[in-house]
Amino acid sequence: MSVAAHGETLAAVSNFVFPNDFHVHWSLMIVLYPYITGLVAGAFIVSSLYHVFHIKALKPVARFSLLFALAFLICATWPLLNHLGHPERALSMMLTPNPTSAMAGFGYIYSAYFIVLLLEIVFIFRPTVVALKQKATGGMKALYGILSIGSDNVSEKALKVDHKIISFLAAIGIPMACVLHGYVGFIFGGIKANPLWATPLMPLIFLLSACVSGIAGIILTYILLMKLSGKEIDVECVQTLVKFLWGFFILDFVFEMLELFSHFYMATHHWHTLETLYSGPLFNTFWVAQVGIFSVIPFILLMFMSLIRFKDSLLLFFAPIVSLMILIQVLLMRWNVVVGGQLMSKSERGSTTFHPMWLEKEGILPAIIIMVAPVVILWLIGKVLPFWLDDEVAEAA
Amino acid sequence: MIDIKKEIQKDRRAFIKNVLSGTIAGSLLMVIPAGAALDERLPEELPGMRGDDSPFTKNKFAFIVDVTACIGCGSCCVADKNEYNVPDGNYRTWVERYIIDDHDEVFVDSPNGGLDGYTKPRADIPNPVRDTFFVPKLCNMCEKPSCVQVCPVGATYRTDDGFILIDKSRCVGCGYCIQACPYSVRFLNPISRTAEKCTWCYHRVRKGLLPACVSVCPVHARKFGDLNDKTSEVYKLLREPHVISVLKPEMGNQPALHYLGLRREVV
Ligand code: SF4
Ligand code: SF4
Repeated sequence: MSVAAHGETLAAVSNFVFPNDFHVHWSLMIVLYPYITGLVAGAFIVSSLYHVFHIKALKPVARFSLLFALAFLICATWPLLNHLGHPERALSMMLTPNPTSAMAGFGYIYSAYFIVLLLEIVFIFRPTVVALKQKATGGMKALYGILSIGSDNVSEKALKVDHKIISFLAAIGIPMACVLHGYVGFIFGGIKANPLWATPLMPLIFLLSACVSGIAGIILTYILLMKLSGKEIDVECVQTLVKFLWGFFILDFVFEMLELFSHFYMATHHWHTLETLYSGPLFNTFWVAQVGIFSVIPFILLMFMSLIRFKDSLLLFFAPIVSLMILIQVLLMRWNVVVGGQLMSKSERGSTTFHPMWLEKEGILPAIIIMVAPVVILWLIGKVLPFWLDDEVAEAA
Repeated sequence: MIDIKKEIQKDRRAFIKNVLSGTIAGSLLMVIPAGAALDERLPEELPGMRGDDSPFTKNKFAFIVDVTACIGCGSCCVADKNEYNVPDGNYRTWVERYIIDDHDEVFVDSPNGGLDGYTKPRADIPNPVRDTFFVPKLCNMCEKPSCVQVCPVGATYRTDDGFILIDKSRCVGCGYCIQACPYSVRFLNPISRTAEKCTWCYHRVRKGLLPACVSVCPVHARKFGDLNDKTSEVYKLLREPHVISVLKPEMGNQPALHYLGLRREVV
């Protein structure tokens, strides 16, 4: 008969899950929530790269990125509302917030960001809107009237003022986009009870993956929309986007791995729990899918695409593929963090399973609807505001 | 009636003063003509609670679970389920069974939260059993409660006398508190769609009764009392040199739930 010499009796032998831990409370909706806010923050960064950092090559997508961000921002609260047990009380978070709760800040940060984004769009599109208003009739004319915020003045002086306002909004928009998404990371990172979530790196990783997903989203939709409408794609713009994508993805991927490696190296008792999680229930979605297929392959592809001057056709062939892979990588990352974190029981001795259903309230179908909605909204926005500058030139002619 | 007689015997003058000021007069009116509510007819188990109708008592309550005494009968779980009509599959309290074999492997289970009692031995232990014990779990009533910290609307709150409670009419059902509680004592009630957990039977305590689980435990493994009362069992236990610990102390939650004879295998 032996006795435990090194405290290893603490290790898990039987799969014991606390009775209340079988159910995964935060499921698909909470996977989508950071995914959508991430796309918003990332798309905004693309637009700011042009408006604030004057990356001229991004001009073709600078305006579109804002509309893209708006479409997704409109839907950012949907998964949350669908998730709440009492959505009718959601406003209490803003009316009677608990100051110590990370979640209570969301309403404020979201609203403030919404206002900044909307204002920026209004000012950027004002000259366009004024021109469109001249030609429009009926309801559309009224709509353009509202969007032009009552000023038809497109004199050079007025546009200069507009430009100053735009630069200012874009500039404060950057820290706000960072706060919006870094904060979403903190919602998880601040939960000490969950060893997978509780790391100060969480906001940073969320923010970097947000930038990555936003840029990838813009590349993909830009190329698709251009191809669909038979317009010419600005290769330099795509090339620049790809370079930024690679840059952000290096940081993102390195920090994701670094976080894991630190846990592994420090090997506290938390690591023993995480280890069983990564080698068990998360093995396929994390190691195989997120890391193996959807990180390593795009990483190498992006490296080549950035370092070697690809033929245009080759670049335009690989760019959407890589972007799609990155979009999947980020979605997988959200899944592995949000759902993965809940798979291990706080008993530290076992894990539960989770299989989303198609038709339940927070199931796959509602998730698809919530992901398609921003695309539809974007299309509707496109009916009002032209995505591309050359549309405008064509329409004016 | 018993408690009133006791009250009279204890201090006649104070009793008369109380009657005049109305605190007991109300209950007298209820007791004598119409028959008292059940809880009023039961003897007071927590001294001093019945006269105290201030919003928060001055008491400092503690809960002690005696791991060495629990026999895993599950009576506490049954009492709890009846008291609160807890939906199946969710647990405000549960009892875990620990088995350690002579290869030092630890086997833990809690089928149906121990609600059915541990009437049969586990059949899947490969080696001779070296040790076995039961550990009842419930809300730790943390001094630094993570659940209160994260609740976005203040639906989960801490009373001045140390109870962590949930206001069902305010809870938005976000589940953040469920994620934040290191002890997994919370769940989302599927009917009310709000968070729920053990309250240490706040409603009973305020009427001078022990929590339901404490009062049914046949071996007195669950103990509850006021630490300001130097005659209480919990006060004595925590003062005397016993092996007493809390769960997951490294979380920094500072539980008011203590375990007598807690083993290191317990998480
Ligand atoms: S045990 Fe959990 S639910 Fe109870 S007070 Fe502590 S953190 Fe809150
Ligand atoms: S589920 Fe209810 S009690 Fe829990 S954090 Fe959300 S609002 Fe607060």
